[in-house]
Amino acid sequence: MERPLTQHMRPDGKALSLQEYEKTGGYQAARTALKMAPEEIQAMVKNANLRGRGGAGFNTGLKWSVVPMGDDAPRPKYLITNADEMEPGTFKDRMLMEGNPHQLIEGMIISAFAIQAGISYIFLRDEYRTAAKRVAAALSEAYDNNCLGKNIFGSGYNLELHLHTSAGRYICGEETALLNALEGKRAIPRTKPPYPQVSGLWGKPTVVNNAETLSNVPHIVKNGVAWYKGLSRSQDGGTKIYGVSGRVKRPGLWELPMGTTIRELFEEHAGGMQDGYKFRCLIPGGASTEFLTGEHFDVKMDFDSVMKAGSRLGTGAMIIIDDKTCPISVLYNLEHFFAHESCGWCTPCREGLPWVEKLLKAIEEGQGQPDDLEKLEMHGEFLWLGKTYCALAPGAMEPLRSGLKLFKEDFERHINEKRCPYGNGRIF
Amino acid sequence: MLSEKEKNEIETELKQYEHKRAACVEALKIMQHSRGWVSDDGIHDLAGILGMTPDELDGVATFYSLIFRKPVGRHVILICNTISCWVMGYNQVLRSLNERLGIGLGDTSADGRFTLLPVPCLGACDQAPAMMIDNELYGDLTPEKMDEILGKYSWERD
Repeated sequence: MERPLTQHMRPDGKALSLQEYEKTGGYQAARTALKMAPEEIQAMVKNANLRGRGGAGFNTGLKWSVVPMGDDAPRPKYLITNADEMEPGTFKDRMLMEGNPHQLIEGMIISAFAIQAGISYIFLRDEYRTAAKRVAAALSEAYDNNCLGKNIFGSGYNLELHLHTSAGRYICGEETALLNALEGKRAIPRTKPPYPQVSGLWGKPTVVNNAETLSNVPHIVKNGVAWYKGLSRSQDGGTKIYGVSGRVKRPGLWELPMGTTIRELFEEHAGGMQDGYKFRCLIPGGASTEFLTGEHFDVKMDFDSVMKAGSRLGTGAMIIIDDKTCPISVLYNLEHFFAHESCGWCTPCREGLPWVEKLLKAIEEGQGQPDDLEKLEMHGEFLWLGKTYCALAPGAMEPLRSGLKLFKEDFERHINEKRCPYGNGRIF
Repeated sequence: MLSEKEKNEIETELKQYEHKRAACVEALKIMQHSRGWVSDDGIHDLAGILGMTPDELDGVATFYSLIFRKPVGRHVILICNTISCWVMGYNQVLRSLNERLGIGLGDTSADGRFTLLPVPCLGACDQAPAMMIDNELYGDLTPEKMDEILGKYSWERD
């Protein structure tokens, strides 16, 4: 089985140097791409059906196709890697940047060329200090070897690539909040439209793509659309870096064909539950996705199949919840995270999430009231899509809405018995 | 007053951006790295060279969890309190830190050695529960490992 993103990584997990990367065929795709027409690369990536790996699953080539092209297009244009990986349970971009930063840089060169961007940034979360060191070292190698800067590989194309490290806020991963952060403002989201492809950083055309997404691009250019689509077991192209965490025997990351089933990931790769624990449910793609249960084990982990099953693929980072962990406290933990990370800009999110958090805490501690469930359901409506500036609050409502249905009995026991039947009781 | 070293480092960052204020997060981090935290005077000094008002800069500084507007200990412990770590035993790890350091979340130990802060998902979910001390990530934590880990951290500032 081919694993284009990870098969050349070193077993010790250290970063490939530029020389090592080139030995595996690295920077060949960039050399090829810089001789192609930008629109040709856009079409290739679109036809390969590379869908955004940050969680939204939008077709990457289609996203690029909205960028104004030609001599009259506003300049400079920008390409930005969203490496602000903070979705709970998700740790794939860290591995990609620590293990092969040049793969990301090459993906950025090709993608920037495809939209004719002149300036690019890697927006990295502050806590990824090892990744920051390795990306910075790779950038300096790339500049020294004419992979970046002026007249790249003698093509006449110029690209500046800078590393920006953030300072710890989940909202910076929202693409318009990320743009405000890069402009040195408070990282609150912007209204859309205008979309960043038309008016983004400093009002100029800007594309923001996830680190895993961009790491795929060199392989599409090098091996072609048919090959890339052939890697997948679904309509979505390529492989996916899947993760599993929680009380399983072997938590970890695996690069597998897009569309690998939940069962294969959970049983075969993660080894099933640790001894003494039983499976209760899972969250398939980071904190802001709906719960799935054992009846969903044969669902394929691709964007459309997980959507059909009533949840979202998200980041493909599966979190397993065991039978000894109280599901109400799981919800409390998730909503605590979202309430803390709300940027405070729009009222439903700023006021609603702390209320949800308080209600869940009270229920978990045995002080819940019978009408609390209605209040929680009401929030599930009022913080839903279309009611807020960005997707943070609706994302927070995904586990809550599904949890209210799935854990109904647990909720009622907490309220009726005025205690946590799992003996948790206290959370933080 | 900014030191020569701080000034030089900030100058380097300013070159990466078309507008000065875009370098403000980096500038705040440079100051924090050299002084441990960012004081009101620090905000005033930085605002000047970034072309921002002190209030604008403070608005950015206070937005971020990892810009410290109060003094912190010589080493900062960031303990992950998010779902995977929490399922895997965050509470026991926190308790063992509370007992050993005599402090709760948000506090600095009496000897000024450690500040203990919660952090959202560290992206180390395959080695949960996890925490970071300064630049170092520690995973698969148990209360038994804590003495050895904390023992690595000197009483002096690095």
